[in-house]
Amino acid sequence: MSSRERILARVRAAVAGAPDPEIPRGYRGPGALPADGVVDLFAERVRDYRAVVRVLPESEAAEQVARSLAERRAGRVVVPGGFPRALLTAPDVQWVTDDPPLTAAALDAVDGVVTTCAVAVAETGTIVLDAGPGQGRRALTLVPDYHLCLVRAGQIAPGVPDALARLDPVRPQTWISGPSATSDIELNRVEGVHGPRTLEVLILT
Amino acid sequence: MSRTFLGMPGAAPRSGDEGFPERAARALRDSQLRFNLRKATRTIRARRAGVVAELPDWAELRRAGKEIKDHTLRHLDTYLIQLEEAVTKAGGHVHWAADAAEANRIVAGIVKATGETEVVKVKSMATQEIGLNEALLAEGVTAYETDLAELIVQLGDDWPSHILVPAIHRNRSEIREIFTRRMAEWGRPAPEDLPDDPPALAEAARLHLRERFLSTKVAISGANFAVAETGTLVVLESEGNGRMCLTLPETLITVLGIEKLVPTWRDLEVFLQLLPRSSTGERMNPYTSTWTGATEGQEFHLVLLDNGRTGVLADEVGRQALRCIRCSACLNVCPVYERVGGHAYGSVYPGPIGAILTPQLRGMGSELDRSLPYASSLCGACYEVCPVAIDIPSVLVELRAKGRHHLAERTGMAAAGWVLERSGRLARMQRLGGRLRKLAPGRLPGPLGGWTDTRDLPPIPEESFRDWWNRTDGGRR
Ligand code: SF4
Repeated sequence: MSSRERILARVRAAVAGAPDPEIPRGYRGPGALPADGVVDLFAERVRDYRAVVRVLPESEAAEQVARSLAERRAGRVVVPGGFPRALLTAPDVQWVTDDPPLTAAALDAVDGVVTTCAVAVAETGTIVLDAGPGQGRRALTLVPDYHLCLVRAGQIAPGVPDALARLDPVRPQTWISGPSATSDIELNRVEGVHGPRTLEVLILT
Repeated sequence: MSRTFLGMPGAAPRSGDEGFPERAARALRDSQLRFNLRKATRTIRARRAGVVAELPDWAELRRAGKEIKDHTLRHLDTYLIQLEEAVTKAGGHVHWAADAAEANRIVAGIVKATGETEVVKVKSMATQEIGLNEALLAEGVTAYETDLAELIVQLGDDWPSHILVPAIHRNRSEIREIFTRRMAEWGRPAPEDLPDDPPALAEAARLHLRERFLSTKVAISGANFAVAETGTLVVLESEGNGRMCLTLPETLITVLGIEKLVPTWRDLEVFLQLLPRSSTGERMNPYTSTWTGATEGQEFHLVLLDNGRTGVLADEVGRQALRCIRCSACLNVCPVYERVGGHAYGSVYPGPIGAILTPQLRGMGSELDRSLPYASSLCGACYEVCPVAIDIPSVLVELRAKGRHHLAERTGMAAAGWVLERSGRLARMQRLGGRLRKLAPGRLPGPLGGWTDTRDLPPIPEESFRDWWNRTDGGRR
């Protein structure tokens, strides 16, 4: 008997006659949380993770991208395919594309990355990337030390159940809640271990 | 049936012939360990309480979490087959491992087929459980741990002591010492004059590991959840080393305990709320990765691991231990764990969950495994915080009845009470002018032996554990 057959047979023998419970879903599921106030809540929750957060009208997005990159002194910045070209007006920035795909070493040598997102979660201050347009493959937002992420107000879901309902499980996803962090040394929180040490979120209203 | 291997290191002081009381005795002598544990467990406990209180529907989420897991376990054969189909359809390869040896053989075979001799690893209890690193080494493959804490543990030739904060027993100056002494042997050396502040130590780890991440071709991970309907794997983490391992290498091997399944994508709406809040006490952990099959050109292998789990599943009372999502909340509230730390439990699963999972997975063949169900005062705090409502005290009682053994009853029965009493006395002695060194015996007697060194101290009054706990704030007053 193969291990597959053996494990399945053991499972069947083990659970024969076991009760089969109904799953009670009395918690706040999709649509249960109020949709108003999500921008403020999201901004507050992302700030709690010590990320930089700015709320601004969509019409000022290009200007703010330029300002943020200048403040960061980011000269070479990765731009994933499908990112809105109109927002790339920063004068002194060299835009690096991922086509053909950048090597890990090349990614390690850029100053930052600018992306959009797929969905955001207000209650937890989370942004979700799913490799869609403007987001790129997963490594792009991992290796560079600075991640500037644009979130449109309409993309902010009130809670986790709402966000999951909007996402396609088959696409590779990265849920990001603040910059990478560790508390492994005497439980002191240190921002930035292997992921970007600085996360900046622009919320476009 | 061969004994289930649970990552017990071979070193003599940790052998299975030694019971929980002896291990606990050693741990209690270590005041650094007790200080770190107390600080850590109290901090995480407070944080968890704060973020749990924020959700008005916590009780409903907990109920749903419990029932989703029970439902999955009830139909585990169906869901395993569904998962296998979905992963295969998405271009992944699925392997089945009945025990640790088979899982290790499968993983070693995949690594060797790539021609690589180095792999990077992201913290995974399943791979620790099967002793994968040691098995790979025997095949000429070096496995590099990449979690900061696991790195500290690995460089220090040490053993993790907490599910979530494995190096909780080390302080910053010890970590600096380990980095300075050992990093060069494993790769990029620590910078000269490395200070011992946490940001500098984290930076040293970042630099040490970065080259390795960028160049290693094979990665090994565990996973927190696997969605049967879609074949999606889910990993929650903080540092980004998980993302590095999951994303950059050409080949990814994930070792998954068969109890990690959930039926649907939607079910994650429960667990992505329960786990981070129970675990690190955050609304959400910094990074969660999900992927389905071969992703972005990567080769993907999924190893489904039994290693004693189907045996646990057969026990009507004990099977609830398989609901565990490894959040470690039960460790952080456990008065026994807080005092003795993880090493005393003698397996990769410490604390209350370890006390019920280890003896069930491994059988009650050794003195250690028979004494583990006694490593508790049955106060019930673990059950209250458990996000999937595992009734740990009930399972402990059932295991005690099963593993009846005269030595376990003689020495083990009192293990928890003894630990609590002993540490209370220690605390008082320390307040009596730091004369601990002089007072503590050079050789520790058995748990029921006479404590001549504390004879002049007031005896602990006879009272229930709960009363004692509340009155003394857990022995601290
Ligand atoms: S038993 Fe419950 S509280 Fe303990 S680690 Fe498992 S899920 Fe968490």
